[in-house]
Amino acid sequence: MGTMALLFSITTLIYLVASILYLVAMISKRPRAGQIGRWVLVVGIILHASHFAVRHSTAGGTPVTSLHESLSFFAWCLVLLFLLLDLRFRLSVMGAFVAPLAFVVMIFSACSPDVVIELNPVLKSWLFPVHITLAFLGNAAFALSFGAGVMYLIQYRMLKSKRFTRVYQLLPSLDILDKVNYTCLSIGFPLMTLGIISGAFWANTAWGTYWRWDPKETWALITWGLYAAQLHGRLTIGWRGRKAAIFSIIAFIFLLFTFLGVNLLLGGYHTFESFTVL
Amino acid sequence: MNIVIVGLSHKTAPIDIREKVAFSPTAMEEPLHQVLALPAVSEAVIVSTCNRVELYVISRQTDAAITEIKKFLADFHNLDLEILERHLYDFEGVAAIQHALRVASSLDSMMIGEPQILGQIKTAYGYACEYKTVGLILNRFMNKAFSVAKRVRNETAIASNAVSVSFAAVELARKIFDSLENKTVMLIGAGEMCELAAKHFVNNGVSKVLVTNRTFSRAEKLAKEFDGIAVSFDNFREQLHRVDIVLSSTGAPAYILDAKKLKQVCKERRYKPMFLIDIAVPRDIDPAANKLDSIYLYDVDDLQGVVQANLKERQKEASKAELIINEEVVQFQNWLATLEVKPTIVALRQQMEQVRQTEMEKTLSSLKALSDKERKAIESMTSAIVNKILHHPTHVLKQTSTGDDSSLYLDTVRTLFDLPGLAEQKTHPKK
Repeated sequence: MGTMALLFSITTLIYLVASILYLVAMISKRPRAGQIGRWVLVVGIILHASHFAVRHSTAGGTPVTSLHESLSFFAWCLVLLFLLLDLRFRLSVMGAFVAPLAFVVMIFSACSPDVVIELNPVLKSWLFPVHITLAFLGNAAFALSFGAGVMYLIQYRMLKSKRFTRVYQLLPSLDILDKVNYTCLSIGFPLMTLGIISGAFWANTAWGTYWRWDPKETWALITWGLYAAQLHGRLTIGWRGRKAAIFSIIAFIFLLFTFLGVNLLLGGYHTFESFTVL
Repeated sequence: MNIVIVGLSHKTAPIDIREKVAFSPTAMEEPLHQVLALPAVSEAVIVSTCNRVELYVISRQTDAAITEIKKFLADFHNLDLEILERHLYDFEGVAAIQHALRVASSLDSMMIGEPQILGQIKTAYGYACEYKTVGLILNRFMNKAFSVAKRVRNETAIASNAVSVSFAAVELARKIFDSLENKTVMLIGAGEMCELAAKHFVNNGVSKVLVTNRTFSRAEKLAKEFDGIAVSFDNFREQLHRVDIVLSSTGAPAYILDAKKLKQVCKERRYKPMFLIDIAVPRDIDPAANKLDSIYLYDVDDLQGVVQANLKERQKEASKAELIINEEVVQFQNWLATLEVKPTIVALRQQMEQVRQTEMEKTLSSLKALSDKERKAIESMTSAIVNKILHHPTHVLKQTSTGDDSSLYLDTVRTLFDLPGLAEQKTHPKK
């Protein structure tokens, strides 16, 4: 096993360990385990980053040209953003969702063929890594806002129905969850916007047109519109709380379709195979 | 030396008995000295709260001590011993240690985990110290009880959930707003529970209090208490959009706030959440308001539900606490046992040393021709004999000090060597 594969396996394992720690912290009410979990995740993203570095130096180019790489990079973005949010809001409960998600994404990544795809020379540009990184970080932010939204709705239900289960005790306050949702939205939206713009510029350098109504582009625009509407609603009419939570869940479903569904169902030039064919 | 506890609590005695047996906190000297004067008692602490009266004493003759204390309680309070005895319980030894630690850790309280009992026992111990009725053992024991109570509090979640309605309200508010800083509370009407809840909110960071009442002067009076603002009852609704938490307890026969009005308020607040607590019966606020997205409406029953759920949680935590206590009971019992062994060993050594000295003098007085060197040799030889003989018995006594038959060995040694009884070796200041 090469260094690259070894780093990948260790990272996956570390995400699993962090998941267990966060789950233990949640189930047995041992906050200490959550604190350890946080540091384990920090080690995880450092190793994960070095995996990308090794990959870059052996294969060259931006390591996000196959499904294997994309998923892995997404997991990295997710964990990174979570740790940043955790710094601000102390959300170890959310760790019990994020760490397992990162682990599962890594497993999917491991299951998809690990090939280093040689990028079509036409597509080689500094805009490629920029476009990918912005889009993926944006996606990760929206994934977290989705998580916060789900947690908000659960806690909301608990408070409204006046059932005070263990879950109620564990989940953070509505105010924190709403703030997380808003923070993720306000991080994710500019990232996504810049991601789309950089993609358009990249397309222009490659093919001479900014926008070609490729399925991915179309769906990305729809999703972007949804998030724009949510941000607008929040800033002007005071959409918050439950409405905002529901909105981020729906918008994320669209995002998920844009991210994965389009590639798997609709095709177009954003599919991984087409990177070389074109 | 044994710890003995005699007493009664809410579990064994109704209020009309408890109030007769309670000791006045302003006159503790007299009863404490009377208990200490009992023949079988060598140290004493009296704990007296509204839910329990317990006497913690140290005694060598536990049965006698129990009888004497029961009689004292009846005599002191002019009660019929036979009736009183039905409500009294007594513990000795390990059971007494365990009972006291459970009481201090609030496991025996009416409301498990309530924090007052520890303070009450500390006060009781304070009196005992002041009137010098505690000695080595109870000093150590009471401090042990305090540290165990602290440990239970820190290591279990026994006291972490609110079990009073007013605290439950604060806890709920925290799940909605996270922090109560810069939040505004409005009190509608004046009820004791409302005021109490308002106090808790203020103590937990709420910065602004508005008070309204049908009688404006009462609103003003209450507002003054909270450093708040009195609002006239006719237009309190116009202030609602500024309010995050509403505490309502008027005697109004019908709703004073309907869902329609609250819907409008929500809009004015740009859907910032609002927590409404309706303590009034009949209710003040239309329950339909709870259907509004940003309104969280709780009535008395809902809050009681929170309290019940928390109590259940506490009971679960209590079993964890029991484990901690069992561990500490063993530790303290071991300490107590070594306490008995040391004086016995010392007495045994003294006895032997005395025999040696006497015999040495006798022998040396008839052997005048010995040189100093020879005298020294005999001296060290006799010392060595004593040490050699005592070595194994001492070792065995130390070894068995933590076992069950520790006192058996001690009694045997005392009888065999005719050592003075430990009863005369006082651990306390009794003259």
